[in-house]
Amino acid sequence: MTAPDPALLPSPSRTVLPPAMRRALVSAFSLLAFTLAFTFFMAFTYEMTRERIGKAAAEQKMRLIAETLPGLRYDNALLEDVLEVENGAGGRVGKIWRARNAGAPVALVLETFAPDGYGGRIDLIVSLDNAGRIGGVRVAAHHETPGLGDYIDPAKDRKKENLWISQFIGADAAAPARQWEVKKDGGSFDYRAGATVSARAVTRAVARAAIWANTHREALFAAPAGKRLKAGQEE
Amino acid sequence: MSERSQHFREIIRNGLWRQNPGLAQILGLCPILAISTNMVNAVSLGIATVMAMVLSNLAISALRRWIAYEIRIPVFILIIAALVTVLDLTFNAYFHSLYLVLGIFVPLITTNCIVLARAEAYAARNGVLESTIDGIAMGLGLVWVLALLGALRELVGGGTLFSGIEMVFPNLTPINVFGGDYPGFLLASLPPGAFFILGILIAGYNAINARRAKHAKSASAESILAAPAA
Repeated sequence: MTAPDPALLPSPSRTVLPPAMRRALVSAFSLLAFTLAFTFFMAFTYEMTRERIGKAAAEQKMRLIAETLPGLRYDNALLEDVLEVENGAGGRVGKIWRARNAGAPVALVLETFAPDGYGGRIDLIVSLDNAGRIGGVRVAAHHETPGLGDYIDPAKDRKKENLWISQFIGADAAAPARQWEVKKDGGSFDYRAGATVSARAVTRAVARAAIWANTHREALFAAPAGKRLKAGQEE
Repeated sequence: MSERSQHFREIIRNGLWRQNPGLAQILGLCPILAISTNMVNAVSLGIATVMAMVLSNLAISALRRWIAYEIRIPVFILIIAALVTVLDLTFNAYFHSLYLVLGIFVPLITTNCIVLARAEAYAARNGVLESTIDGIAMGLGLVWVLALLGALRELVGGGTLFSGIEMVFPNLTPINVFGGDYPGFLLASLPPGAFFILGILIAGYNAINARRAKHAKSASAESILAAPAA
């Protein structure tokens, strides 16, 4: 430690803070200044990018929805023909989009999730056509182990010609419940060795959503757009 | 050669080999283990780290006069976290498909100690130009190690190379090196596999350095022996 600067020593004419406290105050104010400056910088970037990020996220969602409706024709503005469903258990709100062609029901697209993935919640988009068959399933968000459980997401699935998620296409929601399991549990769906938990979680969540939507299909198509429903015990 | 360009070459050599962040400093293991399961992810994260490190070294060396010694660490973390957040938002807005590949790992760069280490060890006491070059060199040093580690893990774990490349360049496809029947070696894809393969890479790195040192030694010994004869 160097000797205190004589200018900083208390003088009889004016009251001066002790040097240590002065240094502490200077440090605190400079930290405050840095914090304010960089917070402003982040807030500015956030404002500048917000619109584009929202657009990119909406496009991504639309792309996923379109992928769950292969070969199905619909002519309504899908993203606007929407219902909201409160899931009794988790308190989460899922969306249901309704595809129609010339006003006639074509398919329901449901936002749902599996709470029990290996890495926590797996967000899913499931479509169910008017014959009660699944049009397609997509994973919207997940935290499964990279290179191991992430085959549930077709973007990460290594077997491009035989995607794991494609086996749900055409599955019948009215099939006996025990078929809606992975083969290891006696059902009819494949899983990949070493990562059964991910496959099991997705299969069961798809089954819950498809069976629920199939039993309430008419009511779901009849409800006015924008309405909020309660799924409660049924789901 | 001028002294200045000699100095820059030294910075680059340090980053790429002598003080390589992955092999010599062994810093930044968190992303190395998490995302090096394949080459495309590893290189993408490496490039994001280069950008974060260049920006943070540049900002910190430019501001170093105003950062009091006692509070330098919180200020460094503040600057790094702010820059990474800005980078994350920019990626999300303008390179959305790449953003989907990197997922949660871009914000994790904040906790990558190699960025803070360079801020503390280099940018806080050197000029803006040197610090920027140091950021590039250290970042690229991490990129090549990540690329090699990712490629090896992917090759051993799943028998592929460049899987996921179509998310970055839609007209390219991954290579199935051992054909579709390769059963895969799960361990390489799991975190322990990252440790094993990184260990092998570090052993190779040390072996090369030891051999070079031996050559240099025997060469200098020869020159000493040769001197009296001449």
